[in-house]
Amino acid sequence: MSALIAIPLLGGLLAWLAGSRSDAWPRWISLAALASDLVFALSFWPHGSAAGIAGGGPWLAETGRPWIPSLGIGYHLGMDGLSLILVLLAAFLGIVAVASSWTEIRERVGFFHFNLLWTLAGAIGVFLALDLFLFFFFWELMLVPMYFLIAIWGHENRRYASLKFFLFTQGSGLLMLVSIVALALAHAATGAVLSFDYPQLLRTPLAPSTARWIMLGFFVAFAVKLPMVPFHTWLPDAHTEAPTGGSIVLAGVLLKTGAYGLLRFVVPLFPQAAASLAPWAMALGAVGILYGAVLAFAQDDLKRLVAYTSVSHLGFVLLGAFAWNTWALDGAVMQMVAHGVSTGALFVLVGALQERTGTRDMGRLGGLWAAVPRLAAIAMFFAVASLGLPGLANFVGEILVLAGAFRVDASLTAIAALGLITAVIYALALVQRTFHGEERHGWKIADGTARETATLGAMIAVSLWLGCYPQPVLDAAAPALESLLGSSGAGQLQASLPWTSIVTR
Amino acid sequence: MDLDRDALIALLPLIVLAADAVAVMLAAVFVRPAAALTVALAGLLLALAAIPFAATVAPREATVLLTVDGYALFYWSLIIAAAIAVIALCGDFFRDAADRGGALYVLLVLATLGAATLAASSQFASFLLGLEVLSVSLIALIAFPTHRRHALEAAVKYLVLAGGSSAFLLFGMALVYARLGTMEFARIGAALADHPPGIYLSAGLALIFAGIAFKLAVVPFHMWIADVYEGAPPPVAAFVATVSKGAVVALLMRYFVAAGGYRFAAVGLALSLIAIVSILAGNLLALLQDNIKRVLAYSSVAHLGYLLVAFLANGALAAEAVGYYLTAYFVTMIAAFGVVGLLARDGAGMETIDDCRGLFWRRPWPAAMFAAALLSLAGIPMTMGFVGKFYVVAAGAGAALWGPVFALVIGSTIALFYYLRIIAAMADPAGALDMPVAPTAIATGWTLAALAVILVALGVYPAPLVRILEATVAGLG
Repeated sequence: MSALIAIPLLGGLLAWLAGSRSDAWPRWISLAALASDLVFALSFWPHGSAAGIAGGGPWLAETGRPWIPSLGIGYHLGMDGLSLILVLLAAFLGIVAVASSWTEIRERVGFFHFNLLWTLAGAIGVFLALDLFLFFFFWELMLVPMYFLIAIWGHENRRYASLKFFLFTQGSGLLMLVSIVALALAHAATGAVLSFDYPQLLRTPLAPSTARWIMLGFFVAFAVKLPMVPFHTWLPDAHTEAPTGGSIVLAGVLLKTGAYGLLRFVVPLFPQAAASLAPWAMALGAVGILYGAVLAFAQDDLKRLVAYTSVSHLGFVLLGAFAWNTWALDGAVMQMVAHGVSTGALFVLVGALQERTGTRDMGRLGGLWAAVPRLAAIAMFFAVASLGLPGLANFVGEILVLAGAFRVDASLTAIAALGLITAVIYALALVQRTFHGEERHGWKIADGTARETATLGAMIAVSLWLGCYPQPVLDAAAPALESLLGSSGAGQLQASLPWTSIVTR
Repeated sequence: MDLDRDALIALLPLIVLAADAVAVMLAAVFVRPAAALTVALAGLLLALAAIPFAATVAPREATVLLTVDGYALFYWSLIIAAAIAVIALCGDFFRDAADRGGALYVLLVLATLGAATLAASSQFASFLLGLEVLSVSLIALIAFPTHRRHALEAAVKYLVLAGGSSAFLLFGMALVYARLGTMEFARIGAALADHPPGIYLSAGLALIFAGIAFKLAVVPFHMWIADVYEGAPPPVAAFVATVSKGAVVALLMRYFVAAGGYRFAAVGLALSLIAIVSILAGNLLALLQDNIKRVLAYSSVAHLGYLLVAFLANGALAAEAVGYYLTAYFVTMIAAFGVVGLLARDGAGMETIDDCRGLFWRRPWPAAMFAAALLSLAGIPMTMGFVGKFYVVAAGAGAALWGPVFALVIGSTIALFYYLRIIAAMADPAGALDMPVAPTAIATGWTLAALAVILVALGVYPAPLVRILEATVAGLG
């Protein structure tokens, strides 16, 4: 399993070295590394029924060895269905990112792919780490390469955007570091050996006030990454200024690390404290859904529009994560994958258009359908995927989240459901302002190339498959989610929601 | 206690250092000036090789002045290794001044001797002796390139403040001695355990700490540091940043543990305040600088603040944290100043952040090295700085020092601004590519490469160093 992390790390180094020879080598090396990573990750896919997983925890695979034994730090990786799905998403979107950077990146190609692969390696590490120190190690590891991706290959305002991105994530990360240490020390104070091992820390008895403070450190780090309103302000800048490949990885993979952290760490480690936070988090999730959608509609910059839709979509994930029942969690996982694919695809399209026209300003675009019919049709597809058309993946995620959240808090769910309407507005606005209308600028540009069509075609296929037959993903995630629910004492979270009792009564 | 055979073996590294200083002087005068470098390096390597012998008889009190234990031996190794790296860097930096190089290496070896004495001293007399040997050598070292105005200014500043701090120190020692009638740390601790400290003693302790704080350049005693870092030749600045401060921290820790400094709540409070203010002020001041050496200077104020957080925690974990953090800081700072010294010969120079523009594409290896050093200072994974920061947070949280720990979080976030500013400038694709580039000197190249390997290797797999620290340093706390 370590190979899942090692392949992109080594591939990145190779790509960097090969970059001095030619520009093509790094691209092919990265592609090969990520493809083999994807295939290798697929080999972990649970065979037969989901229940066929060996007893003794939900881990499909686990590996561990001492790292800094005297501090109780181990190199401990574990993969369950949730991790596996996200690792697959990371590898898939990595391939997409490499493909969409094929002609866009012409400067320092080797170093670009090095950073891309190392960011992905960090994210995959985050999804697999079961030692909190190791987790934090990977958490920070993904930042620096992403910073370079934005700062070197970004657009006009890249310095500002990259700095903001780094400060937000690193600052909140440090709070998490304090929390991690405090948790380990609190665990050691109960008489146990000092340890940063996740399974051991799971049942640490904590005083309510202690738990609340420690939990907040984790929560802030993940909420910034997710991003949750009001911590989202770094996202539009970073996504807009990043090169296409960077945006895809940022939106598709890095945001998911925040969601993953909420599911894996915040609630299971601090069930009571998380329960008292849940109403607020769900409310902020609902606010994020609407606020992101409204802001998306208000943008003139095509890429910024897509960036704000992430705030909206990830609001569903936050809502689902804190509703904390089977449906909501299924929905959250589904939404993570769906958002990765649909938003990733939209970024590919924006990148392709910007490469051709040199602008992202929808005031200067418009009427492009005639010029690029193929890209326009694909954009239409992903716009409706993004607004949650039944039959496509986003719909499955959103409807499951809403169904799950409804059981917890009907009024909030009703507000969140309005997001489905606002999504229609921004998604159709995107299509209308970019592709419809009169073509006044005389764009003479080529339609999607074979490479672009193939990439986007694969993403269409994934979106359709997940929209029509999501069961395999849900099955794979089910044991993991069950065990997460179990570890926090299922039902506790809902029972303590103050608003629930009113509604159910 | 008599100076028996075992005590001599225990002191062997110090004796070798002292003999080396004489040998370098003789070599420079009678053989040829250029030989001084070789002799100095050989002597330091010998001193390093003598440490395992000293370890066989440790721990022991070698004379009433010095205690040779695992703690002292660890810091000796660190100090001597750092001195070796600095001398290797000096060899290249002062190539053109080889005829005057003799004095340089004598001073460096002497300063190392002073620093090593500090790390082992268990008494006020050796404390002052070591400190003065170190300071006086440093004054001359800072002014070494006498043709540069900045260097002279820096040296005078350092001279005045070092003199002032010594005066504080002596006055404080005198007060403590007048009250307790002893100069040994352990007996001070025993005496203090019985008596509540009166006004004399408190004043004495405060004055001693003020003298030490000057050396560490923590707020409010930090005003000399930026000028000295900027004015001194880069390898010497590296020496001031690492060996001089590290030795004083080692001494401070021993003094505090032996003399029971941790027992006084007021002292703890004062140190917490100094730590918090150093972290915040150091980082904010660094933010305002355009000169790279001044950025490093003020960031080092903040780093000493982080170190104080670990120091305050007291106990085995704290001693380990201080040891690890100092090691990381040594490696990082020497590497950073090594790059600054290396690039000083380039056409673009390496003075301001603007000079760094496009450095990644002009000089990829030194730039990568510098970026790694900055990332280590920022505490990013795969560098020693990351593990060091983790240690400090662990020690601070373990002792429930929430105020300083949150200052650390805020300070580290502020620090990202200026570290990233430099890295962003280095990565700027628009940077000048046609600047003339000086050939990389061989010794500097190898030293930097070795430091880079250590920086990453111990950052990814710190267990070996942690084991050593547990076996030696933690014994003190």
